Amino acid sequence: MATYSTNEFRSGLKIMLDGDPCAIIENEFVKPGKGQAFNRVKIRNLKTGRVLEKTFKSGETVEAADVIDTEMQYLYNDGEQWHFMHPETFEQVAADATAVGEAAKWLKEQDICTVTLWNGVPISVTPPNHVVLTVVETDPGVRGDTSGGGGKPATTDTGAVVRVPLFINEGDRIKVDTRTGEYVGRVKE
Amino acid sequence: MSDWRPAASPAVLRLRARILGRIRAFFQARGVLEVETPCLSRAANPDPHIESFRLAGVSRWLHTSPEFAMKRLLAAGIGDCFQIARVFRAGEAGRRHNPEFTLLEWYRVSWDHHRLMDEVDALLGELLDAPPARRLTYREAFLEFADIDPFGTDAAGLRARADEAGIAVSGLGEDLDAWRDLLLTHLVEPNLPRETPVFLHDWPASQAALARIRPGTRPLAERFELFWRGMELANGYHELTDAAEQRRRFERENTRRHATGLPPMPLDDALLAALDHGLPPCAGVALGVDRLLMLAAGVDDIRQVLAFDWERA
Repeated sequence: MATYSTNEFRSGLKIMLDGDPCAIIENEFVKPGKGQAFNRVKIRNLKTGRVLEKTFKSGETVEAADVIDTEMQYLYNDGEQWHFMHPETFEQVAADATAVGEAAKWLKEQDICTVTLWNGVPISVTPPNHVVLTVVETDPGVRGDTSGGGGKPATTDTGAVVRVPLFINEGDRIKVDTRTGEYVGRVKE
Repeated sequence: MSDWRPAASPAVLRLRARILGRIRAFFQARGVLEVETPCLSRAANPDPHIESFRLAGVSRWLHTSPEFAMKRLLAAGIGDCFQIARVFRAGEAGRRHNPEFTLLEWYRVSWDHHRLMDEVDALLGELLDAPPARRLTYREAFLEFADIDPFGTDAAGLRARADEAGIAVSGLGEDLDAWRDLLLTHLVEPNLPRETPVFLHDWPASQAALARIRPGTRPLAERFELFWRGMELANGYHELTDAAEQRRRFERENTRRHATGLPPMPLDDALLAALDHGLPPCAGVALGVDRLLMLAAGVDDIRQVLAFDWERA
């Protein structure tokens, strides 16, 4: 079992905490001149995405988490699971709804996503920063209105609802930033 | 490619030179003698919370502070003295720590810790335009900023206070002083007033280090620490002069090292012999010069005040 000592702590390090794989976001070394040293860390639980704070006595060791991020191509959804393929080894993995979470609404077949594997099993999926989606449903826009003030909701082929400018029509392809969920622009063929 | 450039800006490096000059002028004006003592020593600091670097091949250790050697000078009659020393502590690296750093250490013969706090205050006023410091006992600070009595509470009680404050921690067991340190660093320090420096004095006798212990119904260490803007800046003592008591403390520290799986350190027999000969009553303090610079430059990472920090060294 691989372990890390607190003096190896740095951001990005993957460790086990209370049975869950976690990533260190921030590590602060705290030490009174004459007293006990601590490592005060901010940690993201990679299964739940929750961020928590935890203090370790310096010198403690913790179990390493076998977690790797891999670039994989999204293939299809079979109704229960999302299937991904490694573009070089063609190895496939299936992620459940817990692992995919909010990413589901951005997943377009053939897009390359980051799949986080824990002991070989997907625990989270990060979509590309930008995706191109097709609008399948939106109210007709008012032609010539370029004030850009209001905008309107549009539903995409992946099921995401994005706020778009009034001139966007059904069938248009739009670029969306998956980190903010915001419309970036219209994609011309 | 190696990152060969300095971490600190040229302006901060110039500020460092200016501050070192002003520290020297401050002590020269007050008749305090500048001294230099060796970085490499046969003996090492047995404090279980401080790790010394050891030289490979020879039995020499890099000093973690110039305290032992300066006390030998005091016992030899040198009188009031100061030193700006490069010191070394293994494993201490972070936003406010670099394993190699600069300590300003000075001693005042026949002074007690309160009189020395006055002088630290004067130095901060001169170097940082700091307003006069507030002075609180360790206990008052815990009561005011952590809402708990650090003396009337056992490890379980301190643990309950940490739980209540949402501090998730592991590995402290029943170590009362570790729990006190946890609450000090996680609850007291972050809540200390920021507008003035703060001295905490009268520490638990179990954390006396090299300070004398004032007897009483609750014996207290005549030790102080200075905090400002979230940083611990200085640590001072009304110095222990009793050789037998010093030897007992060193031996106890080595016993604790052994109990926690750390190697015992070779005790400083020369210091103990000097104490046997007689250390004049005195007070001494060590102040982190790099942190002082951080405050002067208004930066929050020690790397920003070092020409080459640990990773670039």
